[in-house]
Amino acid sequence: MWSRSIGVKAGIVSIAILLVLGLAWHLAVAGRSPTQTMDPEYAKLMGQTATQGKSAMPGPIDVLATIWKHVNAPFYDRGPNDKGIGIQLAYSIGRVAIGYLAAIVVALPLGFLIGMSPLMNRALDPFIQVMKPVSPLAWMPLALYTIKDASLSSIFVIFICSVWPMLINTAFGVMSVRKEWINVARTLEVDTLRRAFTVILPAAAPTIVTGMRISIGIAWLVIVAAEMLVGGTGIGYFVWNEWNNLSITNVITSILVIGLVGMLLDQALAYLGRAVSFPE
Amino acid sequence: MEKRFISVEGISRRFEAPGGGSTTVFEDVWFRIAKGEFVCMIGHSGCGKTTVLNILAGLDLPDQGTAIVDGKAIEGPSLDRAVIFQSHALLPWRTVLGNVAYAVSSRWRGWGKAKIDAHATRFIEKVGLKGADAKRPAQLSGGMKQRVGIARALSIEPKILLMDEPFSALDALTRGTLQDEVRRICLETGQTVFMITHDVDEAIYLADKIILMTNGPEAMVAEIVENPLPKERDRNQIHRHPSFYAIRNHLIDFLITRSKTFKDEIPADYDRRQPPVVRPQAHPPPVPPTEAGRKAA
Ligand SMILES: Nc1ncnc2c1ncn2[C@@H]1O[C@H](COP(=O)(O)OP(=O)(O)O)[C@@H](O)[C@H]1O
Ligand SMILES: [Mg+2]
Repeated sequence: MWSRSIGVKAGIVSIAILLVLGLAWHLAVAGRSPTQTMDPEYAKLMGQTATQGKSAMPGPIDVLATIWKHVNAPFYDRGPNDKGIGIQLAYSIGRVAIGYLAAIVVALPLGFLIGMSPLMNRALDPFIQVMKPVSPLAWMPLALYTIKDASLSSIFVIFICSVWPMLINTAFGVMSVRKEWINVARTLEVDTLRRAFTVILPAAAPTIVTGMRISIGIAWLVIVAAEMLVGGTGIGYFVWNEWNNLSITNVITSILVIGLVGMLLDQALAYLGRAVSFPE
Repeated sequence: MEKRFISVEGISRRFEAPGGGSTTVFEDVWFRIAKGEFVCMIGHSGCGKTTVLNILAGLDLPDQGTAIVDGKAIEGPSLDRAVIFQSHALLPWRTVLGNVAYAVSSRWRGWGKAKIDAHATRFIEKVGLKGADAKRPAQLSGGMKQRVGIARALSIEPKILLMDEPFSALDALTRGTLQDEVRRICLETGQTVFMITHDVDEAIYLADKIILMTNGPEAMVAEIVENPLPKERDRNQIHRHPSFYAIRNHLIDFLITRSKTFKDEIPADYDRRQPPVVRPQAHPPPVPPTEAGRKAA
């Protein structure tokens, strides 16, 4: 009862904060002084928004209108520079999915190897320590040079940034499986492969999924920057393109959409984490 | 001649000491266990009891000597030797049934799920956990967890049961009940058992023979005590048996003083390969334990 009422209260406060911020935004944008003293030449260059005395910064109503427009037509395609936000999102999510899945395919088996073999752990540690702190975008020129494809290069960058947290967490999770659980399997003459799947994997799963959750968060941060760099398609490119078009409403809309998708990805991994966790 | 179902022949185990060099936990240990015998090992913490059990389980290897079971040297773990771990070691992501079924399916690889579950359920009922199949270890009390551990070990129908202080973490009442059940099941099936305990009364109630280990490091088998009580025992009546206090005092005396001093006053005819066998009895009236040891041997 207490926890439910605090949930309701928190919801009310959230809505109140949203309304206050929205109102402040609205007032701040609407209350600008007219630009009468502006040089007419310059005013002409700046276009309608400036000459009509309105701020160039759109208000919340404008943004809501833009969002509504996008919701009604998310998937239209009118050439390379005018695609619906849904299509752009789909490109980004697709790239993240491919790079991320590739990272899983590499990081999980390698993490198992490192976690189960002290020798490989020591041998691979220097490489991991050096590669881990490198910003994934630093790989971009090298990727573009070798792969020669913008989209594939973005996928590669996603792969590189997703692989480290998963690798490190998998190795750590495998390494910290309780000795007694392994001994149970050993006394039952369970062979190494079956032991990996029936004891080590379930025991390490919560740690592994934590790594996967960190990875998906980083991947979603990085894809926007990567697409800004290489251009073409994707939500990152969309943001950059709309900035060049000076369509601030679209930029703000993108920010909200990027945040929303990031949250959904994070929640999906949180759900997976709860599914594989076990109380001791 | 004594049957040697399990024969431990001159095993030693050394571990690397923190500051370099090595510590010998125990040295040149010899003992035997016959088929169907219930043997307890008593000794203070750190004398290497768990290490001996791990060697019998095949989880650890001695640095010297061999442990032989049924004529074959132990080289690794085997489904013929089931272990009941002190910390129960249940897999927390599996249910009660899942934990026992895991063992059953490892034992009989070809069995179908229905057969595995039926077999596992039978053993879950045997330890008094009927109806708890779907529970997870986290939902169980300490005693119930240990019951699952017992069911898991018994379900693979091992030739030897190895128990490492299985009841030490339980409250007195639960411990008593579980001792009764383990005793009953082991008697019914003629199970060969090697069990480690701290508890003198537990050893007297359960064991046919009790191996006394001196303090570590460099622990050794001081003597082997034969339990003078009849195999048919009643927990509430054993203290009335004339020899009960003889064996009890003998064991307590060993734990309090002789486990420390034994090494300094090793009897002249002491032979590590044949540690003295002692059978404490009320009549004739008490004689010093070492003397009794010589007579019995
Ligand atoms: N893997 C190990 N590495 C180093 N020392 C160990 C290891 N296992 C046990 N020991 C040491 O061996 C001694 C005996 O341990 P143990 O067999 O657990 O004794 P007990 O079960 O009688 O209390 C202890 O001093 C312990 O610290
Ligand atoms: Mg121990």
